[in-house]
Amino acid sequence: MGADYLGGQFTAACLSTGTSSFADFLAASAPGLLPGGWSATAAGGPLAAAPGEPGQLGQDLPHGTTIVAVDFDGGVIMAGDRRSTAGSMIAQRDIEKVFRSDDFSCVGVAGTAGIGLELVRLFQLELEHYEKLEGRTLSLDGKANRLAAFVRGNLGGALQGLVVVPLFAGFDEETARGRIFSYDVAGGPYEERRYHAIGSGSVFARGSLKKLYTEQMPVGDAITVCMQALYDAADDDSATGGPDLTRRIYPVVAVVTADGFQRLTDDEAGEYAQAIVGERMTSPGGPTAPLRPANKRGG
Amino acid sequence: MPFYVSPEQQMKDKADYARKGIARGRNSVVLQYDEGILFVAPNPSSALHKVSEIYDRIAFAAVGRYNEYENLRVAGVRFADTRGYQYAREDVTARGLANWYAQVLGSIFTESNKPYEVEIVVAEVGETPDGDQMYRITFDGSVADEHGFVAMGGQAEQVAGVLKERYAPGMSMDSALGAAIAALSGQGNGDRAEINASQLEVAVLVRGRTHRTFRRITGARLEELLAKATRTPAGGKGKDAADGGTADGAAADGSAGEPPPGDATAP
Repeated sequence: MGADYLGGQFTAACLSTGTSSFADFLAASAPGLLPGGWSATAAGGPLAAAPGEPGQLGQDLPHGTTIVAVDFDGGVIMAGDRRSTAGSMIAQRDIEKVFRSDDFSCVGVAGTAGIGLELVRLFQLELEHYEKLEGRTLSLDGKANRLAAFVRGNLGGALQGLVVVPLFAGFDEETARGRIFSYDVAGGPYEERRYHAIGSGSVFARGSLKKLYTEQMPVGDAITVCMQALYDAADDDSATGGPDLTRRIYPVVAVVTADGFQRLTDDEAGEYAQAIVGERMTSPGGPTAPLRPANKRGG
Repeated sequence: MPFYVSPEQQMKDKADYARKGIARGRNSVVLQYDEGILFVAPNPSSALHKVSEIYDRIAFAAVGRYNEYENLRVAGVRFADTRGYQYAREDVTARGLANWYAQVLGSIFTESNKPYEVEIVVAEVGETPDGDQMYRITFDGSVADEHGFVAMGGQAEQVAGVLKERYAPGMSMDSALGAAIAALSGQGNGDRAEINASQLEVAVLVRGRTHRTFRRITGARLEELLAKATRTPAGGKGKDAADGGTADGAAADGSAGEPPPGDATAP
């Protein structure tokens, strides 16, 4: 404790003028604390797989799967299933992959869980650090760009099979609406309109979202749409977990509005999940879209 | 050729220099109230803060030279965020931070020609009032572990004198603010500072909150609180402070500084 904590050089770095970015500060003053793939010096470090077998290591590590996000009248919803898989095994039944990143945004991660959780932790701190140092929050675009830099920082890891891709959503206080940003391993951000899904079950989730989404839905409908999409993803993708009624494990649902970030409690999420499971008892395929819609649908 | 200056003289000169610099600025106070810790500083600027958030339950207050304490604040946020990232959020403590600040200020005082002209308080709000921590760190790196209230600045002793009369453990937020204002407006020699919301920087660490507990109190909320605080000067305790006259005239100025002290308490 005290000045010897991380050495005198660290103390000098703390006192120096410079960046409001926590990641940049760590890279300059205590690079050893950053996760392997992030700093330039540590790239290709201990996690480097032998040439010729890319992804072997990554395949056996726990993977997070499906995240969906939908905008609605007044904000944006993000929801994620609770399963992580290691190969064909279920690694964890109740993992959380959707997080509050600050008061007006949330982030979900798909891919190598260990790297993803570290990425989220660093990103949350990055936003908070900026806010404390500058006395104001970053704009939503600023946050999205910052996350892109972090994802790109893991490119070395991604090429070795430790792929992690986030989905970022937030309430834009300037335009008073919800916005969604997606990424790939090379960075981003790509702003998505209306809805988006990432992860192994995203193909099925996106199909479901496309059929169920309508413009300017009320919040309850938007949550139901997300839950339906996750159910459809779990229906066809073995790596995505459906609502687990026996263990009371339900998707994590984050709602971001002008009032800020709010996560549904397990009981609240459970009500939506139980309603959907109940409906699927009679129609396993879920709601059907009208063949010739009278009103115009989004997507 | 430089003259020989004895180490004692050198240290004394530096200390005098720092004290003089600090005395040029305004005083500020930090005090416990029933639901947290209150920070009050006279500050006409709403952008250049004297009170700031460091971490979830930790805040920072300073007097003296702006660029120097701002530098310390930024360093503290970096220190705390790094520690929280390396270990866990609950491993960031005011004690660790205060020790670190003490070493930083101590080495600046001894090693550089010009000492920092600052005085800072690091406070952490606990789960219970007993868990609250307040550390006052001065320009030479000495640390004092304070309880109840802390006053900083050139007239810290006079301000603390008024606070001592008016402070009571477990007091409400508006009576704590009332005590703080009485103490702060009693400062100086004759220049009775008329304090209104636009000239005050007020912030709290709220005990009951989770995650980030630091909140600034500004605008209408502050005016409302201020009206309440100055209308009821802690059940006449303020009058006792004036009569007791512990701090020669400063206290008397203090009670005169409150708009209608006698009238409000008379009925």
